[in-house]
Amino acid sequence: MARRAEDDTVSATLIVNGKRHEVVVEPETPLLYVLRNDLKLKGTRFGCGLGQCGACTVLVDGKPVQSCDLPVSAAAGKAVTTIEGLGDAARPHPLQRAFTAEQAAQCGYCASGIIMTAKALLDVNPHPTEAQIRSALKGNLCRCGTHQRIVRAIARAAEEMSR
Amino acid sequence: MNTPRKLPGSLETNRRLDRWLRINRDGTVTVFPGKVEIGQGILTALRQIVAEELEVSLDRIRLAPADTSYSPDEGITSGSRSIQEGGVALLQAAAEARDLLLARAARRLGVSLEQLSVSDGVVTARSGGGVTYWELAAEDLLAREASGDVPPKPAARHAVIGTSVPRHDIPAKVTGAPAYVQDLELPGMLHGRIVRPPSPGARLTGIDEAQVREVPGVIAVVRDGSFLGVITEREEQAIRALNRCRRIAQWRESATLPEPDPRYLLRADAKTEMISEKSDGAAQSRAVKSLEAEYTRPHIAHASLGPSCAVAQYGDGRYTVWTHSQGIFPLRRDLSKVLGVPEDGIVVIHVEGAGCYGHNGADDAACDAALLARAVPGRPVRVQWMREDEFGWEPFGSAMVVRMRAQLDGEGRVVNWMHDLWSHGHSTRPAGKDGANLLAGWYLEKPLAAATPGNPPLPGGGSHRNAIPLYEFPNQRITNHLVLNAPLRTSALRSLGGHVNVFAIESFLDELAAAAGADPVEFRLRHLKDRRARAVIEAVAAKAGWRKSVQGDGTRGRGIGFARYKNLGCYVAVIAEVEIGNEIAVKRAWAAADAGLVINPDGLVNQIEGGIIQTVSWTLKERVQYDRNGVTPRNWEDYPILTFEEAPAVDVTLINRPDEPPLGAGEGAQGPTAGAVANAIFNAMGVRLRDMPFTRDRVVAALA
Repeated sequence: MARRAEDDTVSATLIVNGKRHEVVVEPETPLLYVLRNDLKLKGTRFGCGLGQCGACTVLVDGKPVQSCDLPVSAAAGKAVTTIEGLGDAARPHPLQRAFTAEQAAQCGYCASGIIMTAKALLDVNPHPTEAQIRSALKGNLCRCGTHQRIVRAIARAAEEMSR
Repeated sequence: MNTPRKLPGSLETNRRLDRWLRINRDGTVTVFPGKVEIGQGILTALRQIVAEELEVSLDRIRLAPADTSYSPDEGITSGSRSIQEGGVALLQAAAEARDLLLARAARRLGVSLEQLSVSDGVVTARSGGGVTYWELAAEDLLAREASGDVPPKPAARHAVIGTSVPRHDIPAKVTGAPAYVQDLELPGMLHGRIVRPPSPGARLTGIDEAQVREVPGVIAVVRDGSFLGVITEREEQAIRALNRCRRIAQWRESATLPEPDPRYLLRADAKTEMISEKSDGAAQSRAVKSLEAEYTRPHIAHASLGPSCAVAQYGDGRYTVWTHSQGIFPLRRDLSKVLGVPEDGIVVIHVEGAGCYGHNGADDAACDAALLARAVPGRPVRVQWMREDEFGWEPFGSAMVVRMRAQLDGEGRVVNWMHDLWSHGHSTRPAGKDGANLLAGWYLEKPLAAATPGNPPLPGGGSHRNAIPLYEFPNQRITNHLVLNAPLRTSALRSLGGHVNVFAIESFLDELAAAAGADPVEFRLRHLKDRRARAVIEAVAAKAGWRKSVQGDGTRGRGIGFARYKNLGCYVAVIAEVEIGNEIAVKRAWAAADAGLVINPDGLVNQIEGGIIQTVSWTLKERVQYDRNGVTPRNWEDYPILTFEEAPAVDVTLINRPDEPPLGAGEGAQGPTAGAVANAIFNAMGVRLRDMPFTRDRVVAALA
């Protein structure tokens, strides 16, 4: 990370979904805004800006992190994975496929953050119990009441991935 | 001249077929719904309806976003009315389009209509030869009013309606594609934030704008009276400028709010109206036992997960606004008043937002964006409300108080029933009868007044929605005490007064059943004639394995709740199972629902599951707290909602009625769920909770 002379901005290197990006921003800028506005990765959603709802969850070096209150300087040089890094509609990740199969969305606004939290869970615990899935999601809120479909989708993905 | 025939749903007020449908030469069909997607899956159901009636495959159907420049005006997407209004309109429009296409095909092929069959837009004559819709499509085909003469298909021939077609929007949403107005990015777009007052009614007395302009990236500081906003190049700069403003702006505040207990309503000026009365002296004379009880709910927030957002652009005296409003035409009406331009100088385009559950900040954010855009002609401005804006400024579901009195005869039948309710009105959406219902407008240098508060009328009703019981009581008197002056802004929250009225009715029925020594399920059936009502109660009891008059064991219990939404919509019965530990937990719930002809069974189940889970959250946890100046919750710690660890398992049974009209179900579960939870707590521990939310403190107080 290099401080630029003319203003308060720094030039930072981000590795997002395996691609390197150079961005010039103020170092305390939350990672969320860099992902959404500089890298045009709109899948990471703004929900509260306070790290309370989980809508903006991404993985940083494999760990789930709320990108709305993580300064971009803290993510520089680390591997960041966003929802777009898992797959797309044509080649979905098993978690994304399972969310579609279970119709585990109403408005869907919470889905990106929840899928990223679930990815982190399945990476360390490929066969979670229902209670473990629910516990892993305690930092993610869903307002539509889609909870049981979401839990079912994560269990379905776990099963599919272990086949 | 003949009076035109009454047409189904919104077709009545938008009669031209080409307002709804276009058959394209490229083998597609464009549908123009006026109803909008708010996470309820309506657009998938509408596609099914059109595919069914036109006899084309689903993947040929394109949906045009709702846009005031071409969409039919279907008012507001609310009240579980989208299927009844937009769905049946498209059903009829598509049936007529098919009829017109077949008539053209018959002429083209030189055969009679009876000779023709259709499969995925290909019309084939029995004698050989065929033609496609896409070849027959011409500008003039649908350039006519609907006749109402073409009957839609009988349910027995449905192949697409009644099947669980997957939502077409989910794959994009779960892979992070731009899907919401929050994700919209237009060339040259700037970022805006609004510096809302510290409390309702506060006036801005001073702000050193130069200090705000020192924040890097600030393009403009927009001040009009007490409306204050900032526009910057980058989003994080807007937040910095907002925070700077909050530190240095001076406001004059005033204490405008009542005590934080719903019972303040009982002492407020109210417009009192008796809405139902039945009298039977002979039955009354049999009364042997009287009961009374009072039930309350505090204000509840919509608490959308994605704070409200809008993008607006101004140029040459005209505005374009992208919004997640539930009503683009009503919004345009009030925008025109605030912006001082005619309605035809404003185009409002719908883009989805996060789930709203009623009137949240969507319309207000649209107005905010338009006011900021005016300061930077030619450049789009995106306004994103912060979390504290949403909690602080969205209109809430009104606090309510319900007082019940009833009398039983010696055989355990209700002979007299009295229901008095106190509430603010339940709609302050844009396009009221006067004024302008857009937040920013009230703070301008030349402020606009809010519209005179309204309350949707019966039969659907607002505060009095579902206050008239579906149960058969020989004597009854239902009285609505409407408190028009709302110190805290209130408006439509999913199910309006239905949540509280049904909670009170169903709780009180349980109290009466206990007084009569009757089983709650049997007691309900004793007072119900409507066969569809009885069927959902019987179905949910069977599914949950309800056993007569089983008492809970002190920590576990079950309760039932039932309503027909608005007394004219879907029938829903819910059984909840609670477990009392440190907190009250709803572990499981069962529901049975009858929404007439089912368009998409899984979509309907999803709506009812969500309705139940959200209502468990309202009922157990939610309360908008406030002091004399303003609302105090500003984040999710102050306003906790149900978590993944707390959400119940829900099992929904549908009763399909192919010969009955299709009904919406997005709001059918709220009242029954609240009643079922209260009744389950009573069943578990013999304690009656009458004040929502049912927190640990309330349980302790009730036990004392």
